[in-house]
Amino acid sequence: MEEMKENTDKPVKYAIEVEDLKIRYTTLNKMSIKKSLTSFRKAKKETYEAVRGISFKVEMGQIVGLIGKNGSGKSTTLRAIAGIFSPDEGKIDLHGHSVSLLSIGVGFNKKLSGRENIFLSGLLLGFTEKEIKEKEQEIIEFSELGKFIDKPVKTYSSGMHSKLAFSITAVLESEIMLIDEVLSVGDAKFKKKSYKKMQSLISGRNRTVVIVSHNMSTLESLCDTVIWLHDGQIRMQGPTKEVLEAYNEFMS
Amino acid sequence: MKMLIRFYNDVRKYWSYAMYAAKSELKGEIANSHLGWLWWFLDPLLFMMVYTFIAVIIFRKGEPYFPIYVFIGLQSWNFFSKTVRGSVKIVRYNKGIISKVYLPKVILVLIRILVNGFKMCVSFSIVVIMMVIYQVPVDWHLLFLIPLFFALLLLTFGVSTVLMHFGVYVEDLANVVAVLLQLCFYMTGIFYSIETRVPVPYNRILLRGNPVAYLVYEIRNSMLYEVTPNMIIYVIWLVVSVLLCIYGINLVYKSENNYVKAI
Repeated sequence: MEEMKENTDKPVKYAIEVEDLKIRYTTLNKMSIKKSLTSFRKAKKETYEAVRGISFKVEMGQIVGLIGKNGSGKSTTLRAIAGIFSPDEGKIDLHGHSVSLLSIGVGFNKKLSGRENIFLSGLLLGFTEKEIKEKEQEIIEFSELGKFIDKPVKTYSSGMHSKLAFSITAVLESEIMLIDEVLSVGDAKFKKKSYKKMQSLISGRNRTVVIVSHNMSTLESLCDTVIWLHDGQIRMQGPTKEVLEAYNEFMS
Repeated sequence: MKMLIRFYNDVRKYWSYAMYAAKSELKGEIANSHLGWLWWFLDPLLFMMVYTFIAVIIFRKGEPYFPIYVFIGLQSWNFFSKTVRGSVKIVRYNKGIISKVYLPKVILVLIRILVNGFKMCVSFSIVVIMMVIYQVPVDWHLLFLIPLFFALLLLTFGVSTVLMHFGVYVEDLANVVAVLLQLCFYMTGIFYSIETRVPVPYNRILLRGNPVAYLVYEIRNSMLYEVTPNMIIYVIWLVVSVLLCIYGINLVYKSENNYVKAI
């Protein structure tokens, strides 16, 4: 989230470098005083390795798709890149680029108006009040909420809720965008519009994007390269078409 | 040391978010009630009446300026206990935020401090009004309030960050903390004077061994009775609070990225 501009003159500039990333979840690591009083055995710890040593590099301005069946570690990888949790092993280097995970309704306070929530979310994402103010009108226009923007968020329908959330993250841009299956939001018209917005956002020269999706056509039309994750490891990595074809064959 | 620099930078970076989040929480709190912000005044006033009633009418024991005495104790205590109690489950409560965006977890405690600190300031404005009505004589001893509240702030922050950490991993910690806080409430002398109502060796032990009791006692002394605080005890508890803060900040920074996996 730091606003640092890289001025290195490397021939190929990488925005994301992931090296031998491993992430483990420990289930049953919650203790309870009651349990530790009533049972003398120590609670068993089960570790599950969701991501088992993956490495990849994403060039600046590239759009990368992550694909794989459920539980293959796509979202975990994405969250690790977003800095939400730290890798158990390995390294993630973003070279100081600002990063945001495009997701629905981050930190909304439902009792407050949509307008106030724009500021709340924006500040949380690391933007300054001034930057948000500049984009405020654009967000409101894009969200199509009209006069509802000054009504409390709890009065919103679920569609309006996600429209606002999408608009906030889409209009407040960061250098690296991570997208986790949120391309279909709202009604058909808004879906089309958000898809277009997505495309224009993504095609910005300096924007690096990582998309997790199960939607083949989305990936096919947006991505430069695709990484296929299988059981926490990279099964295949390369040009979109090749990987998607192989994946399709595997899944059918 | 590295962690403290990181803490300082994070507080600077997220200060505007913390302020905005605290403001919106306060706003949200009053948005749905009929009396709105009046509750910030009514709530402490009514509780002061309850405790004054219990002490004066039922136990027939009072202190000079008793309503103000109760009020000061109650507000300082509320600031401490509400922040501490809120912090135990705060990570789970904010799951929606922290599983989607990185936020230094100490900022969550900071928001609680801002919210409860604001409420405390509001209710202390009533104390000022009551002191005028009761014509309490005041002098330069009021200046001691600055270091006393500073210590209360550090103590609250330290205890809260440590409990926030363990609250993530120990599921029923909230129940234990609630009971302990209740016990601590009675041992802090909110609506009675520890000094005069507790038998001799124990009153000293309580006033020196319970930091909240000590701080409340000295806050009252400097506001109502023009008495200088006991500096040695103050320095001891200040140092303990600072150490607790350092320990808590280190602990939270070291493990905060695993919180999401645990909840």
